[in-house]
Amino acid sequence: MSRESLINAALLLGLAAVPLYAWATDEPFTITLATRVAILALAGVGLNIALGLGGLVSLGHAAFFGIGGYAMGILASHAQSYTPLMEVPFLIEGTKSMPVIWITAVVASALAALLIGVLSLRTSGVYFIMITLAFGQMFYFFAISWPAYGGEDGLSIYIRNDFPGLNTLDPIQFFGICFALLVLALWLNARLARSPFGLALNAARQNAQRVETVGLSPFRLRLAAFVISGAITGLAGALFADLNRFVSPTMFSWQMSGEIMVFIILGGVGRLYGPVAGAALFITLEHFLGGLSEFWHIYLGALLLGVVLFARGGVIGLLAGRKVAHD
Amino acid sequence: MTDPVLATHGITKSFGAVQASRDISLSLQPGEIHAVIGPNGAGKSTLIAQICGGLAPDAGRVEFLGQDVTPLPTRKRAAMGLARTFQISALAMEDTVLQNVTLGALGARGGPLGLLRNALKDQDLHDKAMTALDRVGLAGQASTVTAELSHGQRRQLEVAVALTLSPRAFVMDEPMAGMGTEGSHRMTAFLGELRDEAPILLVEHDMDAVFALADRLSVLVYGEIIATGTVDEIRNNPQVRAAYLGETA
Amino acid sequence: MTAILFIEQVLNGLQFGVMLFLMAAGLTLVFGVMGLINLAHGSLYMVGAFAAAAVAGATGSFLLALVAALAAAAAAGAIVELVVIRRLYDRDHLDQVLATFALILIFSEGTRWVFGSFPLFLDIPDYLSGPVTLPGGIEYPLYRLTIICTGLVIAAGLFWLISRTRLGVRIRAGESDREMIAALGVDISKLYTVVFALGAALAGLAGAMVGAIQSVQVGMGEPVLILAFVVIVIGGIGSIKGALIGAILVGLTDTLGGLLLPELFKLFMEASAASTTGSALASMLIYILMACVLIWKPQGLFGGQA
Repeated sequence: MSRESLINAALLLGLAAVPLYAWATDEPFTITLATRVAILALAGVGLNIALGLGGLVSLGHAAFFGIGGYAMGILASHAQSYTPLMEVPFLIEGTKSMPVIWITAVVASALAALLIGVLSLRTSGVYFIMITLAFGQMFYFFAISWPAYGGEDGLSIYIRNDFPGLNTLDPIQFFGICFALLVLALWLNARLARSPFGLALNAARQNAQRVETVGLSPFRLRLAAFVISGAITGLAGALFADLNRFVSPTMFSWQMSGEIMVFIILGGVGRLYGPVAGAALFITLEHFLGGLSEFWHIYLGALLLGVVLFARGGVIGLLAGRKVAHD
Repeated sequence: MTDPVLATHGITKSFGAVQASRDISLSLQPGEIHAVIGPNGAGKSTLIAQICGGLAPDAGRVEFLGQDVTPLPTRKRAAMGLARTFQISALAMEDTVLQNVTLGALGARGGPLGLLRNALKDQDLHDKAMTALDRVGLAGQASTVTAELSHGQRRQLEVAVALTLSPRAFVMDEPMAGMGTEGSHRMTAFLGELRDEAPILLVEHDMDAVFALADRLSVLVYGEIIATGTVDEIRNNPQVRAAYLGETA
Repeated sequence: MTAILFIEQVLNGLQFGVMLFLMAAGLTLVFGVMGLINLAHGSLYMVGAFAAAAVAGATGSFLLALVAALAAAAAAGAIVELVVIRRLYDRDHLDQVLATFALILIFSEGTRWVFGSFPLFLDIPDYLSGPVTLPGGIEYPLYRLTIICTGLVIAAGLFWLISRTRLGVRIRAGESDREMIAALGVDISKLYTVVFALGAALAGLAGAMVGAIQSVQVGMGEPVLILAFVVIVIGGIGSIKGALIGAILVGLTDTLGGLLLPELFKLFMEASAASTTGSALASMLIYILMACVLIWKPQGLFGGQA
């Protein structure tokens, strides 16, 4: 087992152990923090498929995070008010069922990623960054100015949604759901990275011309990666909304996009578990520095700047050594 | 004369006031090595880009396997079996040698790429990749990271990737560049055998290699082919001597 | 809707566009010359606004406030360039995005720390307040008209700077060939600092001028920054002309869209639904404009290379 795999295993164990300990000592707030870490890490794992594997610096992933959140908010709000979502051309009812909400969130954000991807992947480099940022902002303004689902004020959902066989109101059980989905996404990411698709995508990141001259389309590879990436971040959005029992346009904000990207760099670019380490560090800092100073973002900014300028490998890079493992 | 495998018909391309290709017609016959030589800035790279699909000609067309491929993008031409090697290595530098060749085998196989299977554990891909590496003499370096290869080895790897494509024609842009004397001798011998598998359109600066290998030569000067013929014909062509060989001698 | 209202909105759109141009010009110059994407450009806009509000509050002079905005933003730009940005020129875009995102965090929280969370207000001076009567009997706020004129004068000045001065020659050389300009003996790192400070000063000026119409608060820069990105995507990276035309297009589209779309929907919808649908759609209009430009010309209207 390589050093990085050991660190990865320790990370996952730690993420599971902290809330279990908190559960045993009856500290539900700590469980909630760990759940936040799991969900934000999931969002990061989603972005990492586009960013780490595909080299696509998307600054608009809040769009998918928000779409996932609103998928949950819209479906659950109709269920709690007993009004159908739509009646023509066919009846769609709201729902409080997590699996149905998840599927809706994944499909809706995948479709949005397809649309945004088709447009923004016509370009590359700085254009791509600016365009994804702009499309993210478009959803933000739309959510603010569309009054049907709370507009600027957002939507509150009074009771957490249901998962068959589990009591989702129990923090540790909800954590378990989020943790399981995170592990599933990490597994998927690892498989993707080694698959023929991942090999080609990774090569397209390094040299698009090479991929084209063996008869493959870099555009399609990137589009597929972008869609998968958006779908996973959308799923995280649905869970995040369920954790807070609240959705608002801030889920679409550019700061959200930036933060998801920050998880990846704090953890280490190109590392499978980078988003997990990054999200854990972020939430820990937010919790402790936020308690010390109202202006903790200054310290976060300074830390981030330090990591970018001097420690590109992030947390995992510092612990596991510089080189990214090759299979 | 048999039907050419690859041919250009009156290719013309301008960039602003500069005419990079003027009415270029050349053909690649089965089993031959056709070398294109010319001084720097003669328009060799522009010509290759139009043949392989990176650039669209302003006029004229490119035919491959009897089909007009002018409107097709690079990847479609590659999928038909047009294998290209680059002057400046176009390889995935962070990947291993084996990963680079496996990519070629993947492209050649066509069809949807798997999302969940392990690419390097696919026996069929692995065999194809290793065969190609073996042929260029890089089998021992399979797990080396590409960035650590010497320039000459990168050239060999370029050729290996091209081999995995089951090519019907090769277009090689200076495959000897950056190689030592011995390496370039070995590459010359290798290309000499390769022509039986598929013909080679060879753009090369190494005149020893060109004279040793080429069945036919075309001389490109200022975007125009001023002569095409056998090595001897070209050597004795006064126009060529004046325009090109005279300059370099 | 009257013609007067329409013309007023066109002028508002023009005013908005001109402000976006001041932001976009700096961004596109910095990208064109140094190949750098700078998310913290919005922070420099904010620095300008805060400097102006502070100086105006202390001295009561609007002109001094504008000078302070220019100076503070230019100084902040130069310092940031010297300390952080120049380490990023050789890095990939991901590093540039993250480092400049970090700068936003530091700038925003730093400003909040110094000035507090409450918005400041910058008053329009007496000699620029009140309406003027334009030909045709249209009354329009003098201050907004002044912004339009100032912006257009600065745009003309920039074109002159780029095409006619030695600095402009160097900037254009820097865009096309960095080694060349170094070989010519130009001190390239000084040139970069100057270009960055120039872009920062323009952003600071925009922040100060807009600050007198809106409130001056932390986070005011980023929405404008993102719109400036839209402008650049539409106009083409590195092109000042593209930035100007893109900015005015975006300014007009946004302002007129908000006015016209609800009216348009009223033709076939009931009034309140038309106004909500119309304004929700209007909020997306500039992004739809951007998408259309992308489909038509992926490199932007005046973009050469990416």
